[in-house]
Amino acid sequence: MLPLRLATRHSLFRSRRWVQSIPSFPHLNTVTEQDLAHFSKILPPTSILSTLPPRATPTDDLATYNVDWMGKYHGQANTVLRPRTTQQVSEIIKYCASQRIGIVPQGGNTGLVGGSISLQKEVVLNLGAMNNVRSFDPVSGILVADAGCILESLSNYIAPYNHVMPIDLGAKGSCQIGGNISTNAGGLRLLRYGSLHGTVLGLEVVLPDGTILDQLSTLRKDNTGYDLKQLFIGGEGTLGVVTGVSILTPPAPQASNNIFLALPHFKNILPLFQVVKRQLGEIMSAFEYIDRTAYDMALEHGLGPILDVDEVGDAQCFVLVETSGGNQDHDLEKLNNLLEHLMSADEPLIYTGTLSQSPSQFASIWALREGLTECVQKEGKPYKYDVSVPLANFQSVVDAVRERMISKGLYGDDGISKVMGYGHIGDGNLHLNVIAKHGYRPELEAALEPFIYELVASHKGSVSAEHGIGAMKAHALHYSKSDVSIEWMRKIKQVFDPLNIMNPGKVLP
Amino acid sequence: MRPSAVRLLHILVPVKRAVDYAVKIRVNPDQTGIDLNVKHSMNPFDEIAVEEAVRIRERLKDAVKSIKVVTIGPPKSAETLRTALAMGADSAIHVELPESTPSPEPLGVAKTLKAIIERQKEGVDIVIMGKQAIDDDAGQTGQMLAGLMGWAQATFASKVVVDAEKKVAHITREIDGGLEELRCKLPVVVTTDLRLNEPRYASLPNIMKAKKKPTEKLTPADLGVDLTHRLETIKVTEPPKRVGGAKVENVDQLLAKLKEAGFTTRRA
Repeated sequence: MLPLRLATRHSLFRSRRWVQSIPSFPHLNTVTEQDLAHFSKILPPTSILSTLPPRATPTDDLATYNVDWMGKYHGQANTVLRPRTTQQVSEIIKYCASQRIGIVPQGGNTGLVGGSISLQKEVVLNLGAMNNVRSFDPVSGILVADAGCILESLSNYIAPYNHVMPIDLGAKGSCQIGGNISTNAGGLRLLRYGSLHGTVLGLEVVLPDGTILDQLSTLRKDNTGYDLKQLFIGGEGTLGVVTGVSILTPPAPQASNNIFLALPHFKNILPLFQVVKRQLGEIMSAFEYIDRTAYDMALEHGLGPILDVDEVGDAQCFVLVETSGGNQDHDLEKLNNLLEHLMSADEPLIYTGTLSQSPSQFASIWALREGLTECVQKEGKPYKYDVSVPLANFQSVVDAVRERMISKGLYGDDGISKVMGYGHIGDGNLHLNVIAKHGYRPELEAALEPFIYELVASHKGSVSAEHGIGAMKAHALHYSKSDVSIEWMRKIKQVFDPLNIMNPGKVLP
Repeated sequence: MRPSAVRLLHILVPVKRAVDYAVKIRVNPDQTGIDLNVKHSMNPFDEIAVEEAVRIRERLKDAVKSIKVVTIGPPKSAETLRTALAMGADSAIHVELPESTPSPEPLGVAKTLKAIIERQKEGVDIVIMGKQAIDDDAGQTGQMLAGLMGWAQATFASKVVVDAEKKVAHITREIDGGLEELRCKLPVVVTTDLRLNEPRYASLPNIMKAKKKPTEKLTPADLGVDLTHRLETIKVTEPPKRVGGAKVENVDQLLAKLKEAGFTTRRA
C-alpha cells in the first residue's frame, strides 16, 4: 500500500480536470485593463494578445499559447505578450514585478511537462518574435542569437558555413533555442556533442526585477567567479527569462551513416553497445533503443518497413546506430568491419539489420525513431515518463509498469492499451510511454504514479532525464533530489526571485 | 538464340548512379552544370527496377536463372552496383568511365546496353530499367534500347507479371484516366514507374554476401561504342529567386504599394 502521505496527496491529483490539482497563487495579481494599457505603452498593438477589453482577442486565438501540443495542459492566461527586444522584456518584467503579476516565459511551447503553461492567469511572455541571429563566426563556430530563434532555422542558417547545431530533437521545427536552454533539452546529438551546460558559452537573461544580466560571452574559457549562466540552463524560466544565447556549434560531419539492427533479446544490448563503441570509436554519434512494442506501433503507422519480416522474427528490441565522421571511406570501412564481426560471430548478438545505402534511406531509418513520438500521440493519450535508469534496467522498468497495469486490471483497450520504451542508450535515458487509448483517467494516473517514480528511485535513476520538471513533476522532484538539494534550490530561487513571480508553481514543489 | 520450353529467364537491370534526391541541387560557379561534389545514390526508378527483378525471381523461383545489373559510370558507380547486389542481383557489369567524365547521353547508353546484351552468351529475356533518371530526366533510354534491339517495349509499368512457360509478360501501365494492360512476347524492355513497388532495404546478411558476388569490368572501347556527346550544354542557371513579401501597416499603405506596382483602379 502507499504510505498515507502519498495517498492523501494523490487524492488531490485524482481530479479529472488537471487544472483543479494545481496550486493557487494568493501573492500574485492577474492582468487587468489598467495593466494592459501599460503594456500597450511598451509594445506595439500587434505584439499583444488579450481577452480583456479593449483588445478582446477571442479566447481561441490564445489557444496556441495556452494549450500545450499534447493537449494535456490548458493554461489560464488572459494576456500574451510577444516582445521584440530585450529592452521590452526588461520593461515588461519590471512592471510585472511592481504589480506582482506572475510571468510564464514561453518558447515554442513544445515541452512535455507543462512548464510553459500559465497555471493561474499569469501573463505569458512568448519570445517567438525575438528571432534574429545576432552574429555567427564561421571560424570559431560561435553563434549568437535571440532566444526566440527556432532550432531548425538556426541549423539552416549555419548549414552553408558547414556547421551544425550541437542539439537536435524531434520538435526542431517549432522549438526555440531559448526554450531548449531553459529546459536543458537533451535530444539526439547529446552523446556526441555533450549537454548544453558545455556548449552554451554565454547568455543574456532578464532577471525577475527587470535587470538585464548580460553574460553573452563568446569565450570558450572564462574562469572568473561563479558561472551564473549555468543556473538558467535548465532553470525552466523560474529564475529569469533567457533573451539571448551564445552557443558553440561544431563543424558539420562530412559523412553520415546509420545502421538499424534487430536483436533477439534485450540482454544482448549491453554487449552490443560495448562492441559498437569499441569498433566505431569516435565516429559513433547516436545509439538509440526501440522496443518491440514501439517498433510494431511504428510499422502500423506506416513507418518503415526497414527490415524483412521473416528475418526480424521474434526480435525483442531494435537499435539504431549513427556514425558521423570526416571521411566516408574511413567510416564505411569501420562500419563494414563491425557488421562483419557481428554477422560472423559464433553466437550473433543480432538477428539481422540494415546499413543505409543512400541519404534517403538514412533519413527513413531516422524517421522511424523520430516518428515514434507522433505515433504515440495518434494511439491515444500518452502518459510520458522520461527517466534515466541504468542501461541494464531499461526493459525491466517497462515490463514492471506493464505487469502492474495488468495486475490492476487496467491493461486493455479501455484502459492502458500500450506500454513501451524507447530512448537513448548512449545517455542512459529511457522514454517510457504509457498509452491510454480512450483518454486520461484518474485511476490510470493513480496506478502509474507514484509507482513509476518509486521504481525509478529504487534504481537510483532520475525522474526527469531531459524533459525537465515543469508543472507535471514538481511533486516528484524529491524522488531524485535530496531534501538538502531542494532546500538550496529554494534558497537560490529566493535570491533571484523573492517575489516569486517567475513561472510560479514550476520545478519546486 | 532458339526459344525452347526449358529455357530459363535471364534478367538484365541497368542502373545509374545519380545525385541523391534528398540533396539540394546547386549550379556550379562556371554554369556548366551542377555541383557534383554531393551525395550520390542509385537512381530511385532503377532501385524499383532492381526490386522488381528480385520479386520476379521470388515469384517464379528457379525459372529465373540470373539477374545481372549493369552500370556505366566513374569508379564510384561500383557502390551503386554493390547496393543492387545486396538487394538480390547475382552479378554485375561495370562499364567504367574515367572520373569526372560527363554521364553519357541516352543514345550512347542504349548502344552500350545493346552491345552488352549481345555479349551475353545465354541471352537476355527481360531488361527492366527506370523510366528515367532523376538527374537529367531524359526518359529515353528504354525506348531507344527496345528500338535498337527490335524488341517489345512496355514503358511506365505499374505492374509486371511474367509467364515463364509461355514466354509472355503482362504489363500494366498507368495512363490518363485509367490503366492500360499490355501483353508482350519476350524478350522485352520494361521501364518502371514509381508505383510498381517499394524497394527493400539491403539486409546485413545480403550486404555481406554482395561482397563476394562477381563484377565484370569493361570499357566503352571493349564494347566498341562511342559515348561522345552529341548535344552541347550552353549554360545552366538557377530559376530566379522568389522575392519575399512585406507587411503594410494600413490600407493606405497597401493602396500606395499596389499603385507603385502598377495596379490601378478600373471602373466597369
